[in-house]
Amino acid sequence: MSKNSVTRRGVLKSGAVAGAGVALPTIFTASSAAAFTNEPTGSSVTLGFNVPQTGPYADEGADELRAYELAVEHLNGGGDGGMMGTFSSKALQGNGILGKKVEYVTGDTQTKSDAARASAQSMIQKDGAIMITGGSSSGVAVAVQGLCQEAGVIFMAGLTHSNDTTGKDKKANGFRHFFNAYMSGAALAPVLAELYGDDRKAYHLTADYTWGWTQQESIAAATEALGWETVENVLTPLAATDFSSYIAPVLNSGADVLVLNHYGGNMVNSLTNAVQFGLREKQVNGKNFEIVVPLFSRLMARGAGENIKGILGSTNWHWSLQDEGTKAFVKSFGTKYGFPPSQAAHTCYAQTLLYADAVERAGSFNPCAVVEALEGFEFDGLGNGPTLYRAEDHQCFKDVLVVKGKENPTSEFDLLEVVQITPRAQVEYAPDHPMFAGGALGSCNSGA
Amino acid sequence: MDAIILQILNGLDKGSAYALIALGLTLIFGTLGVVNFAHGALFMIGAFCAVTVQRLLTLSFETVDPEKTDFLGQPLKVKTPYIESWFGPEVGTAIIDWAVPLAILLTIPVMLAIGYVMERGLIKHFYKRPHADQILVTFGLAIVLQEIVKYYFGANPIQTPAPDALTGVAQLMPGVVYPIWRIVYFCFAVLIIGGVFAFLQFTTFGMVVRAGMADRETVGLLGINIDKRFTIMFGIAAAVAGLAGVMYGPINAPNYHMGMDFLVLSFVVVVVGGMGSLPGAVLAGFLLGILESFASTTWATTTIPGINQIIIYLVAIIILLTRPRGLMGRKGVME
Amino acid sequence: MFGLDRKDTALLAIVALLTLLAPFILNPFPAGSAMAQFNAGYPDLMQRFVIFGIFAIGFNILFGLTGYLSFGHAAFLGVGSYAAVWMFKLLSMNILPAIFLAVVIAGLFALVIGYVSLRRSGIYFSILTLAFAQMSYALAYSVLTPVTNGETGLQLTLDDPRILGSSATADGSIPVTSLFGFEMRSATELALGPWTFTFSVGYYVCAVAMILAFYMAIRIFRSPFGMMLRAIKSNQTRMNYTGLNARPYTLAAFVISGMYAGLAGGLLAAMDPLAGAERMQWTASGEVVLMTILGGAGTLIGPVLGAGFIKYFENIFSKINDNILHGWFAFMPDGLEDAVVFLLHPFIGKGWHLTLGILFMLVVIFLPGGLVEGGQRIWAWVTGKNRRSAKKRATTTEPAE
Repeated sequence: MSKNSVTRRGVLKSGAVAGAGVALPTIFTASSAAAFTNEPTGSSVTLGFNVPQTGPYADEGADELRAYELAVEHLNGGGDGGMMGTFSSKALQGNGILGKKVEYVTGDTQTKSDAARASAQSMIQKDGAIMITGGSSSGVAVAVQGLCQEAGVIFMAGLTHSNDTTGKDKKANGFRHFFNAYMSGAALAPVLAELYGDDRKAYHLTADYTWGWTQQESIAAATEALGWETVENVLTPLAATDFSSYIAPVLNSGADVLVLNHYGGNMVNSLTNAVQFGLREKQVNGKNFEIVVPLFSRLMARGAGENIKGILGSTNWHWSLQDEGTKAFVKSFGTKYGFPPSQAAHTCYAQTLLYADAVERAGSFNPCAVVEALEGFEFDGLGNGPTLYRAEDHQCFKDVLVVKGKENPTSEFDLLEVVQITPRAQVEYAPDHPMFAGGALGSCNSGA
Repeated sequence: MDAIILQILNGLDKGSAYALIALGLTLIFGTLGVVNFAHGALFMIGAFCAVTVQRLLTLSFETVDPEKTDFLGQPLKVKTPYIESWFGPEVGTAIIDWAVPLAILLTIPVMLAIGYVMERGLIKHFYKRPHADQILVTFGLAIVLQEIVKYYFGANPIQTPAPDALTGVAQLMPGVVYPIWRIVYFCFAVLIIGGVFAFLQFTTFGMVVRAGMADRETVGLLGINIDKRFTIMFGIAAAVAGLAGVMYGPINAPNYHMGMDFLVLSFVVVVVGGMGSLPGAVLAGFLLGILESFASTTWATTTIPGINQIIIYLVAIIILLTRPRGLMGRKGVME
Repeated sequence: MFGLDRKDTALLAIVALLTLLAPFILNPFPAGSAMAQFNAGYPDLMQRFVIFGIFAIGFNILFGLTGYLSFGHAAFLGVGSYAAVWMFKLLSMNILPAIFLAVVIAGLFALVIGYVSLRRSGIYFSILTLAFAQMSYALAYSVLTPVTNGETGLQLTLDDPRILGSSATADGSIPVTSLFGFEMRSATELALGPWTFTFSVGYYVCAVAMILAFYMAIRIFRSPFGMMLRAIKSNQTRMNYTGLNARPYTLAAFVISGMYAGLAGGLLAAMDPLAGAERMQWTASGEVVLMTILGGAGTLIGPVLGAGFIKYFENIFSKINDNILHGWFAFMPDGLEDAVVFLLHPFIGKGWHLTLGILFMLVVIFLPGGLVEGGQRIWAWVTGKNRRSAKKRATTTEPAE
């Protein structure tokens, strides 16, 4: 495998120094010969799959990795082709990317910014990865996105839901297919108002870090616009495991809806605790008390067990959708692994295809050409209906699902039912929306 | 007023878990002088005993239901637990429903055995080694234990619900409702703590162990095999951690890293209580639990932003600076 | 030389040589070969080796000499990183002022925490330092987000008001950290047959810093001050009775080791301008404790070895996946190949924690003195001396100076 360093403009200077010190100029290959970082010169191209393999999101990471392996198989012409057959762009031939066989390296983000960056660095510097993708938290996505921008490779975000990823921390080399907190709010609020009425008093419990804040802000804004009142917003520490002391005050607060802006283990625990305190059987102001979990994931729903039944939330994608793309993907994933894919797996698979397709259409691996090919790209057939990769902030705009915990699941995978497919128009926002303001894409960096 | 009562209940409840873990940790500190970083892992294994029992009880055979289809469009395989087919659906479901209390029966022997093996096989060789080595080896062990659990059970939490009869809330007084299982947990913790104290206080075995804690050599010179008793004490400490874990399952779904989440906190509790003092550990557990609950009220967080994040550590610092050996620490233990 | 005796000079020379030649030593396998997976000679990991080496050397000055076990040292590293990134944001992309500020701020932070914590000893001291570090972490993650950028970590942006230097380069990207024009990220490759070696400016900056830090550590270990610290470790009460107040000495050691941590944090930020709150979490503090004990507490070279050991596993083992295993064992018959891959599967990739945990236990069980003792035993075996004399060598004074 050929490898080039992350050399940039400074290479000439340092090269000169090294050359002056040691008279070996002929065998020093000055890497500025390459047109861009990690230009693939052999018969293969390396992608970097950076997912959480240890820590609380390890199961989600494992599912992402399965999706990536499936995507690589399909790109190289193996298997049944999955969503390649339903994808509206037909640039992919099943012969790798631009005729080069797709190879991959994997790494562990540990769901820590530092470790994720170290892992991505090693993929770029050691393995010659041309694109980095994956991740299961917004902190990691933003950190790795920043690194890829500096190193001059493309970053295709995995599961990241914070507004900041394509808001104040957006980068020219980074792209997000997953939906965001604003979209959750825009999709969820009308359904909430319709089912629970428009004169509700909401009590928010919010994970005390940037993702939690952006989600709380989004949900509160969307529900208040429809007449709800936000009684209280309480921030809970990320490290909290027992939420009883945050749930207990809800009982006598006069609120009749509890919104849990939590994810992962926090969500499982806070929801379990809320149910323990009998909130679901409670009557307040003559109405049934309701609990809402704005960001749902089937893997986490499974962790919450019985408690999830009847609870509303939003999700990027669910395997029970009936469009052709979803059916093809579920079939090919389910046949290979024996269970349906999660939304994390779906977004990662879609991101890999989107990247490969953009390279094919651009005719080059050069990150700047890829950025150009992806910006403003309209496509269909990847499971979410007609989708746009918006040029202004590199965010995908597509339908959002409002889901509910299923009352009578037929199997351990059948936990969510789709209540409504919110059309794309309803979740769109202006690129300069205040919740996304403050950052700039900058210009694409190819590392040359 | 209601809110205050509720937070006291929450605090007692959190404190029960802290106190139980700290009690076991102090038993090991106090009797063996070993810094056991694997104690959190023992708590976690206890919780996974409940998961295991639940898995065993729901071992199922598959029948095909042609009317329904699975996600690939093939006929759905319906799982029926053997227990339900053996004892009939009603009795079967009832047995599965009581999986967590039943798990206690499994936890005690399993934890005693793990404690025994751990002490004889590993810890015994580290009595004379520096505390730093003990930290390294027990930390390594903790990682190994939790990775094994992760390998078999995955990284996501797994629900171990309480029996139906013990879920829901109890009306304690007008305006104050509290989850039944949390009350059960508190009573259980008091029972265990009482049991351990009574055992140490009123039995000959306990008397010897207490003597050994105070002066190991002299007890040895009296011709008493103190090592054997200490091994048993290690087993008991492991069992206390395991029981704390198994009963904790219905409160928060067990996951493989729950031990690490509690580890640091329980060390703080033990040290705040004072090294080598069992009552100190229990007292500190409940105290920190209650303070943590009050710090997370809106009143506290609006007065001092972020107080709920740091309260335990802040209190620990204040106590250690005003009382050099924690609340009830003995002189010369790990100073 | 440099005020060191012959043995220490030799040690320093060996460390300097190993550090400077690391790009060769850490890349023993030709690129593209199956074993290339085990190569560690790429800039990012080499930088981490030496930076965490500095961190561990500093920690060892406190723990190895005085016996005070701090469980909150990561806080100083984190504070150093934040200080450095703020310097990049506000002042200039030159790494010197950033590193300087990182060391100073970490030192001041250590002074405050050390002053309070050192009022207690033993485990009470450990818990006090742990409490301070955990408080720093929790606050940095949440309430202090305006300063630390919380979960995401403090990063450079295109609109930083950089006083000496520009907010953005001409082509619209964020400027790169540099030392008087030498960019930390630039590197040169040397291809020798199938081997490729990468020399990066950033690595050599870190390497020089580590050699200096190591030299400082030797001087401290051999100085009267170091002697005093050892006296505190062996018997503080006796010291008190002789009329010496131990507190200023331990505080000085604490601040020095905090400054080492700040230097490490500053270098981390200089190599990669990002500072995350996780750097201050107790697991990070625990890691440096493990590095030091694993390598051999109280020895000069041990902590560096321990740091390299842990970082190597974290970065190399976590990247091995089933696919790679199948590649390695492709020569075996199919059934056997699958069996071998199945057996190794739990220990690689997502199982790297398990491997590390097992190795911790094995090292501490069989090598009570850490990796350094392992090295001594191998040395004794190579030179044909039996184990008993090796032990003697380790405990008695070195012969033939």
